[in-house]
Order: sequence, then structure tokens, then C-alpha cells
Amino acid sequence: MSRPMISIRGVSKRFRLGAIGISSLREELQRFWGTFSADQKPLTDFWALKDISFDVAPGEVLGLIGKNGAGKSTLLKILSRITEPSEGEISLRGRVGSLLEVGAGFHPELSGRDNIYLNGAILGMSHSEVARKFDEIVAFAEVERFIDTPVKRYSSGMYVRLAFAVAAHLEPEILIIDEVLAVGDQQFQKKCLGKMQDISSREGRTVLLVSHTMPVILQLAERCVVLEKGQVAFVGEPDKAVEVYLNGGGECSAVEFNVEHLPRTVGGTLDAKILSLRFNRALPIFEADEDFEFVLKIRARERIRGARVSIVIFSSDGTPLGACFSGGMIEARGGDESELEVRLPNPGLAPGAYHCGVAIGKGTYKSGHNDFDVVLDTLKFEVCAAPGEETALSYWSHQWGRIVFKDLCVTGAQRETVGV
Amino acid sequence: MDADYELLIRPKGPWLSIEWRELFSYRDLLWQLVKRDFTARFKQTVLGPVWFFINPLITTVLFAIVFGRVLGASPKGVPSLLFFNAGLLAWNYFSGLLSSTGNTLQGNVHLFSKVYFPRLLVPIAQVFSNLIGLFVQFIAFFVLVFYVWMTDPTFANVHFSGRMLWLPFIILHIGALSLGAGLVLSALTAKYRDLQNILGFVVNSLLFVTPVMWPLATLQAKFPAKCDTFMVLNPLISIVEAFRLALIGVGSFSLPHYLLSAISSLIILGMGVILFQRAARTFVDQA
Repeated sequence: MSRPMISIRGVSKRFRLGAIGISSLREELQRFWGTFSADQKPLTDFWALKDISFDVAPGEVLGLIGKNGAGKSTLLKILSRITEPSEGEISLRGRVGSLLEVGAGFHPELSGRDNIYLNGAILGMSHSEVARKFDEIVAFAEVERFIDTPVKRYSSGMYVRLAFAVAAHLEPEILIIDEVLAVGDQQFQKKCLGKMQDISSREGRTVLLVSHTMPVILQLAERCVVLEKGQVAFVGEPDKAVEVYLNGGGECSAVEFNVEHLPRTVGGTLDAKILSLRFNRALPIFEADEDFEFVLKIRARERIRGARVSIVIFSSDGTPLGACFSGGMIEARGGDESELEVRLPNPGLAPGAYHCGVAIGKGTYKSGHNDFDVVLDTLKFEVCAAPGEETALSYWSHQWGRIVFKDLCVTGAQRETVGV
Repeated sequence: MDADYELLIRPKGPWLSIEWRELFSYRDLLWQLVKRDFTARFKQTVLGPVWFFINPLITTVLFAIVFGRVLGASPKGVPSLLFFNAGLLAWNYFSGLLSSTGNTLQGNVHLFSKVYFPRLLVPIAQVFSNLIGLFVQFIAFFVLVFYVWMTDPTFANVHFSGRMLWLPFIILHIGALSLGAGLVLSALTAKYRDLQNILGFVVNSLLFVTPVMWPLATLQAKFPAKCDTFMVLNPLISIVEAFRLALIGVGSFSLPHYLLSAISSLIILGMGVILFQRAARTFVDQA
């Protein structure tokens, strides 16, 4: 089959900034009046999507990622026909089921049973289809005992489980899933993800998956589209797409970060302040077996002694990978600016993009700690396999995690061979 | 799977688009919505659907006292309870349907901004759930007939006849007019939220200018010259009068006026569908 299942051609969506939330007749009349008078406020157009084009092949699981406001939701709304594009055209060669929100149309007064039928119908299932899957839905949601209780008496967990269960049993040819649907406690989330994987791997099913959780994208998607400010920033391999997304599209190339005036996300006492962070190299790229090092410039407000530096290294999806503290040997007088060289002996990071949170403060693991200043999300760097060498690192798979342990030692006593 | 199935999403579709096939494929949802409206309204109430006829009965009694006894508005020689109740049957269907459809888009924005299904289904479901309400009210009407038959000598002037066969058409007519007006209003309230406030006001005002608490004959007697204009301006006048004539044989019927009312109802319905479908396409952007 060569014809794409979903074909998006030059789709744009414009919002009239002036017109968003024109909720009152008065404003409209004022605007109408304005067209006659000189002091007319011009309408500002805001393009939530600008000239989006891509195809999705039959049976493909396509990931759609982008920061908040990149236009993901708008695109999903257009695809699921909740609203229309301002320009462009989309052709869909199959029925679309979209799981943008679970429990749409649930009525609190109705029983679980009635709500399954109602919600199923809203999502486009026929009565007989729901009836056929009814037991499966109830079992998946784990609400057998309460099926005839009005859902307003459900715990919030039961409510979302039931809602997800109905949605997950849709069987359209094209499925649009928003990952926020993985709801409930950890165990149920796992079940949700398992179900999504199940749905997407079934033959012939085309899936468009939106997620903020990179591991989910990497696990499920075969190809990825990155949206950025309403435009397609990247289409291709999920691994690469995730990096594009996390680096905000730009290449990660800065080696010096002036953070003196950067707003802090974590408060500190500011007895000492971090002024800048710098890699002493041309590019913020480390080879996989290198030591990780950078230079930290601080200014003390008052005399400090016994201070230490600590770092946390995060993988590009924001998962903290590890932390370490220096000894408490930093001394400085009030007003002093000093440069500290920080070196972490080969941390064993796998090839990929990372960022490092840096803190200066007092105290250690044991004594509890008190930070003067913390800078997160700034010190970005990449780790790559040494060029020219053919090692496991050259073929590192994201499924193996982000840490390369030291070489495995295997020993064993030689056994006597039996027989022969 | 349909090999040729293809759905095109484009900006600004044709000026009127109803996808009949799609609407039909969602018929199960229609039934579910009707059921939801009906059961949700009476779950957790002690008397349940009994409210459907307690309401019109109380209103009928009040009308009979205030407009019948005090103001003397009901026609002489006709049991006033039946006169008012017959008018109220028609009126309640109209006003109930108008109130429940007049804010369809804005009132369901939480649902409509999350999931797609043909938006027209929601007001259509209202047509049916209000129709069920009307049937329940007919039961109340017959209870009243029995009571009046036992107690009121003027019952002799009430005629049940073959004209009753016209009732389904008249009810259909009321439904079309009310749905049309409701769709127009909900298209407008989606854009101008101010208009939500006038919905109740419109319904209340219409009650006064429609022969529910007075017979058309009174209007004709007082304003013989202008009565025609009134009947053209308010299509409800002919409908309510015809409804009462068909039900209890009290009232007048003029074919030209009725036809005019039917035509204007159809025009309003057509306008309503067009405006509603247009507004439904992108109203979530503003919501």
C-alpha cells in the first residue's frame, strides 16, 4: 500500500488574537463601530500552525512531540474534526478515533453501565460493538462490583479507569492518542501503556501518538514529527527527533553559560552565587570514556568556608541519572570571585544528550545540605562514542538505559565433562 | 474496512453540509443521548417522571384561577381547565424544546471541544426527549379530562373528533419551529455570549403573545384590523390555536394563516440548520 493513511497538506490554523474570546456583543459592536472611525485597532493574527505537511503510512505508529504551545493540540483537534484548519487540506483514508480526553460526556448521575454505552456511542461505537466488548471493558477498568452504581460515587481512580477502558476499546483504522491518557496509579498507567502498545502493534492500525514522555515515544513510535512554534521542525527517527525536541531545535553548541542574571528555579541562600559555567573545549561534547569537567565561577557575598559543589546529571528527557558532592573545601572571602575547576572522573554516560544541574552549598549526603545557589537546565552537553572505534558504544540502544557500566566480569570453575 | 473511504478536511466547506450517512451511523448515540436526558433528569428525585405532569397540572390550575376566574380570559362555556391545559401542552413542548436547544453549542462546549460527533445530534436528541415529556403530559391531560367530565357541566361543549388525527402533524410543526429557533439561538449564543441572557426572556415574552392564556377570538375581537399582522409575525399563534382545536374542538382554524406559519417555520428551521452547522465547525476556537 503506497497511499498514505493520513495526508496533511499545507495545513495552517490562524487565530485572530483580537477575536479570541470575543464573547460579548458589545465588543463586536465596538469593533464594528471602529471600522467607521479612525482609531481602529488592527487585528493581530496568530498562527498556531503554519504550513504543516506530512504523511502517515498505513499501519505506522507516528509520534508527535513538541513543547507546550507548539501546536500539537491544535493539530490533533483538526485531525479529529473538532475544529477546522484555516488553510490546507487533510485527507484521512480511514475512520478516526481520537482519545484526546477520557470520559468525555460521562454523566455523574448515570451508572457505570449506562456511561459505558453513552461514552462508547460518543466515541463512535455502535451499541452492539459496545455490548460485545462490555465485559472486557469492565474487567479492564476493574470496576465489576460497582458497575450499576452512579459514577459520581466512584473514586477518582475508578472514574478514570473506566473512562480509559472505554476509549481503549475503540477500533478505528486511525487512532489518535494523547499520552496524558495514561492515568491512574502507577500500576494502571503501566497497564494503559501496555494497552496502547497492544493497540498500536495490531495490524493495519495507524496510530498518531502525542507525548511529553520521551521514553514512551521511544518505546512506541516508529517515526516522529517534531513541532516547533507551529511548524514542522523535524521528521524522522524517534531517537533523533527526541534530541531535536530536547535541544529546542538548535544545535547544542554553547560552551559558556552566563547565569548570573538567570532566574533560579530553586531558591538558595545566595551566600555565594554562581556567575557562569564553562566547558574548556570548543564544543560541549565529551567522548564516552572521558572525564566530565567544567569550570564554575562564583562570587561569595560574605565569607564562606567549608563549602562544596554538587552536581546532578539529567538525561535529556529530564530523568536524574546520578549525583555527587565534592568535599567541603571551598573557601572565599566576601566579595571574592573565584573559578573552580570541577571534574567528575569518567561517569560512564552512554552516547546522547544530557544536562547538568550545579549547586554550591554546605553539607553532604549525611549531614543534610543547605544550598547557596542552584542552576538547573543550563549546562547542556553531549556524549558521543569515540570516533573511529567500533565498540558497543557506537551501537548504543536507548533500550539499554543511559549508563554504561564497567566491563562485565564473568568467572566460573571449569566443569568436568560428563560422559563421552 | 472501506478501501475507498476518504475523508477530506478542508477550511470552509459548502454553505450547508449535513452528512446524512454519518448522522445515520451515529443513530445509537442519538438514542443514548435521549436516554441520558431523560434518566439524568429524574434520577435522584423522589417523584421522578411524575414531575412531568405535576408541573403542567399546577400551571393549569393557576391559569384557570388567575386568567379564567379573576380575569375572565378563557372562553365562556368551555371548561377552563381543559382550555388552559390544551394550550399548555403545545406551549410546553415548544418552550421546553427551545430552552433546551437554544444553548446547545455553548452549553456543551466541554464535550464538543474534546470529541467529534455530528453536533446536530444533540438538538435532535432534545426533540425526542421533549417528545417523551409531551406524551407523559398527555397522560395528565386525560386525567384532567376524566375529572372535568365528572364535575363540569360545560364538558358537553368539548368535542373529541377525528381532528385529533391532525395532532401528530401539528406536533411535528411545533417541533420544527422550536428546533429551528433553538438552532438559530445557539448559533448566535456561541458567538455572542450576551445572548444567553435573552433566551429566557424570549421564551417568557412569547408566552404572552401566544394564545395560551387567552383564546385567539379575543385578539380578533379587540384588534380586528391588526390580527392578521400578529399572526404573520408570530407563527405560534396559528399553531397553538390549531392544536387546541384538534385536541378539544375549541378554537378557530384558517388554512392560509396555518400554511403561512408552516412556511415560516420551515424557513426558520432551514436557517437554524445552516447557521448552526456553520457555527459548530469552529466555535470551539473561541470558547
